[in-house]
Amino acid sequence: MSKLYTFLKYFFITFWTVFVVAPFLWAVSTSFKDFQSVNSKVTYIPWLDFEPTLEGWRVLIKSPAKGGVDIVEPYFNSIFVTCTASLISIFLGTLAAYALSRFTFKAGFVRNNDITFFFISQRIMPPIVLSIPFFIFLSTIGLLDSLLGLVVVYIVLLMPIAVWIMVDFFNRVPKELDETALIDGCNPYQAFYKVVLPNSIPGLIVAGMFCIIFGWIDFFFAFILTFTEVQLLPVKVVALNSSITPWWSLSASALVSVAPLIIVAFIVERYLSKGNLSGALK
Amino acid sequence: MNFKHKFVFLFPGLFVLIGILIFPIIFTIRLSLSGWNSYTPEMNFIGITNYIRLFTDDPRFWESFFRLSFLSVTTVILQYVIGFALAMMVWREIKFKRFFRVIFLVPMMTTPVIMTVIWRTFFHESLGPVNDLLGGLGVKPILWLSDPVIAKFTVIIVEVWQWTPFMFLLLLAGLLSLPKEPFLAAAIDGASPFRKFVYVTFPLMAPISIGAIIIRLIEASKIMDTVFVLTSGGPGTATETSSFYIYIKGLREFQMGYAATLSFTYLVIMIISLTIIAKVLTKLMIKE
Repeated sequence: MSKLYTFLKYFFITFWTVFVVAPFLWAVSTSFKDFQSVNSKVTYIPWLDFEPTLEGWRVLIKSPAKGGVDIVEPYFNSIFVTCTASLISIFLGTLAAYALSRFTFKAGFVRNNDITFFFISQRIMPPIVLSIPFFIFLSTIGLLDSLLGLVVVYIVLLMPIAVWIMVDFFNRVPKELDETALIDGCNPYQAFYKVVLPNSIPGLIVAGMFCIIFGWIDFFFAFILTFTEVQLLPVKVVALNSSITPWWSLSASALVSVAPLIIVAFIVERYLSKGNLSGALK
Repeated sequence: MNFKHKFVFLFPGLFVLIGILIFPIIFTIRLSLSGWNSYTPEMNFIGITNYIRLFTDDPRFWESFFRLSFLSVTTVILQYVIGFALAMMVWREIKFKRFFRVIFLVPMMTTPVIMTVIWRTFFHESLGPVNDLLGGLGVKPILWLSDPVIAKFTVIIVEVWQWTPFMFLLLLAGLLSLPKEPFLAAAIDGASPFRKFVYVTFPLMAPISIGAIIIRLIEASKIMDTVFVLTSGGPGTATETSSFYIYIKGLREFQMGYAATLSFTYLVIMIISLTIIAKVLTKLMIKE
């Protein structure tokens, strides 16, 4: 019984690992191919199946005029939009989460839980529902096709995540901590800034990582709300996926785009193993 | 504590969120009562004509909605079962535990559209590795993207690959936070692993499971990126979801007024059905 169980367990883990890794291996292999080795028959292993070339990687940094796919600028755009929107969301979200965790609000039938739910429920909003009005809204105030416009929209995407994680986190930071600080003569802002915040760094990191993940992987808003001036990474890569697809540069740019966040997987795992994440995620 | 400080903490975030959202929502409702399209791009008032059209004369929207329900419920169930299984397996000590945990987390860190571009080449019917490897086993080429039924399963496979890690993360974080005593008690009673799971682990995990399932359902109900790149809703309308249909009506055919009607109806249906699902799940999973 237990031997069978162990066998099944390792079988399943191996199967899933292969499934997870397969598209990456395929992309790595494809990124070194040329026209011949993509289009004649399916090939896998460099040198054995086909002669590898660096062409797919070289076009990434060439300018479009020379037939390249300039990926550097979209890269920095994506980093800028993701980080700015995450920082603003974390800042505002943390303040709001602290208020919702420590004070009681009452307005008509609205209670703390309802306000928290209001924040989190913004995730229900399908992007398509918001995209048309945002399109018109941003063109009215002249922010269509600009980085700032995207940051504004991304705050709506990311603040709910920040509030969701931080409310739960603050609920676990003992109240006595702030109370002691207040008795010691801090005003509420000092108590928050000097005492509560330093004790909430794991929560802030987890919230920050989630904001970065969900900001970085968004495609739809960037796709609808920008055209030529500003391009984000996912839009750029998908644009490569045209009718005659150069699979090699497509794979190379895809790998470059997903690489930075894989580091986040390591950080999340570290927090998970230390037991900090369980507090921040429930 | 002083009365007004709490507002200083809450209001910046609350008002920024409301400030950004209030216009789109009011605008959508107003737009849904207009006949804005590419011929008459203006905010006229045509009453509930659009809503009558939606409820009496648009089977394509309702088909896309049922397709969306099918796709999101199926993917979330699969993600839950697989995610729970994976979390159970790397919960306790096994070899290379941390390595496997990282591997299982990686897909959710990758951009769905970009990975879908890779999946498209992966499932390519003549040049992709899947059909080639299956061909080596003597299986005939499978029409992963151009068969109406199989295309749905391709979408499901990609979605499961992408988002099982999220379920895995929430459930593993939950497992790691469980108290030790109930497991000790079960061990003293000599419970088998199976009984331990049914009577101890699963009930303790029920609240976390419900939370995880609802979060994933909310996110899955927005399936769009994958479909957009993988099949563009095709073949025909076989993988078209509500979001994608609204996108076609609004931003390809420029029937803005009607698209707003669809959006608003869709949003109301989503809120109602997710509330019901949350209530039912809570009833089903937490007994006593």
